[in-house]
Amino acid sequence: MAISEMVLKNNELFARAPRKHKGVSYGKWGLIFIIPFILAYAIFTLIPQVVTIGYSFIEYYEEGLTVVGPNFAGFDNYVALFTPNANGYIEILRFFGNTMILWLIGAIPQFAVALFLSVLFTSTRLRLKFTGLFKTIFYLPNVIMASAFALLIYQVFSDVGPINAMITSSGGTAFKFLDQEVTVRSLIALMNYLMWFGNTTLVLMAGIQGIDESVFESARIDGANAWQVFKDMTMPLLKPIFIYCLITSLIGGLQMFDVPQILTDGHGTPDFSSTTMVMYLNMKIGGHNYGLAGAVSVLLFFITGVLSVSVFRLTGDRNKQGRGQ
Amino acid sequence: MTKVNLRISFEMDKSAKVKHIISKILAYTFLILMAALCLFFFYILIVNSTKDKSELIGAYTPTFGTSFFKNFWNALTSPGNSYLDIPLGLLNSFIVASLTAVVTTYFSALTAYAVHAYDFKGKTFVATFVLAIMMIPSQVTSLGFIRIAYELQLTNYLFMLILPTIAAPSVYFYMLQYLKATLPLDLVEASRMDGSSEFMTFNRIVLPIMKPALAVQAIFSFVQSWNNYYMPSLLLKDSSKHTLPIMLGLLRSQQESQADAGQVWMVILISILPVVLVYLVLSKSIIKGVTSGSVKG
Repeated sequence: MAISEMVLKNNELFARAPRKHKGVSYGKWGLIFIIPFILAYAIFTLIPQVVTIGYSFIEYYEEGLTVVGPNFAGFDNYVALFTPNANGYIEILRFFGNTMILWLIGAIPQFAVALFLSVLFTSTRLRLKFTGLFKTIFYLPNVIMASAFALLIYQVFSDVGPINAMITSSGGTAFKFLDQEVTVRSLIALMNYLMWFGNTTLVLMAGIQGIDESVFESARIDGANAWQVFKDMTMPLLKPIFIYCLITSLIGGLQMFDVPQILTDGHGTPDFSSTTMVMYLNMKIGGHNYGLAGAVSVLLFFITGVLSVSVFRLTGDRNKQGRGQ
Repeated sequence: MTKVNLRISFEMDKSAKVKHIISKILAYTFLILMAALCLFFFYILIVNSTKDKSELIGAYTPTFGTSFFKNFWNALTSPGNSYLDIPLGLLNSFIVASLTAVVTTYFSALTAYAVHAYDFKGKTFVATFVLAIMMIPSQVTSLGFIRIAYELQLTNYLFMLILPTIAAPSVYFYMLQYLKATLPLDLVEASRMDGSSEFMTFNRIVLPIMKPALAVQAIFSFVQSWNNYYMPSLLLKDSSKHTLPIMLGLLRSQQESQADAGQVWMVILISILPVVLVYLVLSKSIIKGVTSGSVKG
């Protein structure tokens, strides 16, 4: 369900709720009960948010033993963020690009396979057995500690790991998986794929199961084949949930940290080609450059917001076009 | 005439049947391939955790070794690795994850109950606001959080990871959906008639009704907290406070000089095993919870 819908539905609900307790007012208890939530949110999220934004406007960093700042710096941090570094590229753009590439090469198979699997699992024609077992296996990688999974993949593909041992013992030469841009990125995408395709499958399945069975039935009576049913019935009806999954996946992708951080030991090897936005943020916080870290945080905040809004818009436009035809 | 028709329909049935069987075989093949891909790395993990240094060197065979207990002991005592204290990591991780699970489910339920059962000023604003902030990732506020914690000398306290989870918008949203579906307000009214205080009503009447939702969300928040790496690694600098993911990160950093590979495999296995075991026991309700939490209607 889309956020906007949720808000609407909630508002509707409140509007409809009759004011019950006219004699004694119990309303204050509602206020009392939400105090812990409000307090925790204010202290641990809202104030840090304000402080973070504040940091983005001051010059404040440590270099060796000297501390520079805090001095008010206006938009200097933002300007610095978009100034090319010594190697001639703008770091934040490169790392944003990395994040999107890493997300995309994991998300494409993730959504394709999840769609396929959700159709398979819900197919009344095939009536597959052992679906419970398969679902359990497919969701398993999601509950596994991402940092442990990354260390596991590092061990498996390291220069002296089992994969290279198999290659060399069968006559090949060892391949440095963790020194190549293509293989490092592929490994990160593979992990993200494995961790999330089961989850997406389950959510899409619930979406398909929510569609009225009679829709499929009548399509089948009209002689539609499996592909036509999928293309013309399932997909259009599933679209809102599919888009919801896509947005949450994208926002999750923007937060990508554990997997590339552990796999490359925070270096984004080779040559920062697997450094993500949050890894960059982590580097700036760890390197005590609070001004720049603030600017990165604010940027991340805006990108998260803008991306989700624009994806919503995009689908809205397509919906209208679809109806026009 | 009828005979011919019957035969034709029979033959059509037959070809449809063959087609049906073939598509079933293809479907199962795909499912098995995907399952194999999921399990492959864990199989290697389990196998390698039973091998010691000498068994891990040279030609690789994916068969069990003989050093499971040796590796297990080395992983727990971690000789030669001062930064590694796996029992302590297990304890710290367990404290944070279990308290997080309790705190986040209880207060999310309480907040959801407040919004569901009461009318109060600003309720619509609160409910809408919580939905609006649900998607904001915690990383964007991490700088401010860390700096405040540092200024107040509150880094290296585990409760700094637990208390923020009192405000968990997505858990709250799940609880609210659950309450809307299951809690008749008449019940609250009846309990009031019996002279129960509002807080008692929540604890004695509402919470028991919410047990299934509490259980699902407790598991999810435990797992999420257990696996959390980003915030703990920024906050907990004192090695006596390190949680497991932080130790894994350090283990990765020391890799080049790492001698005992068998121990590393075992540490990975120990880190993921508790959650995997719980998952395998409760997989049915967990898988149900995945869908009911994220998408409704």
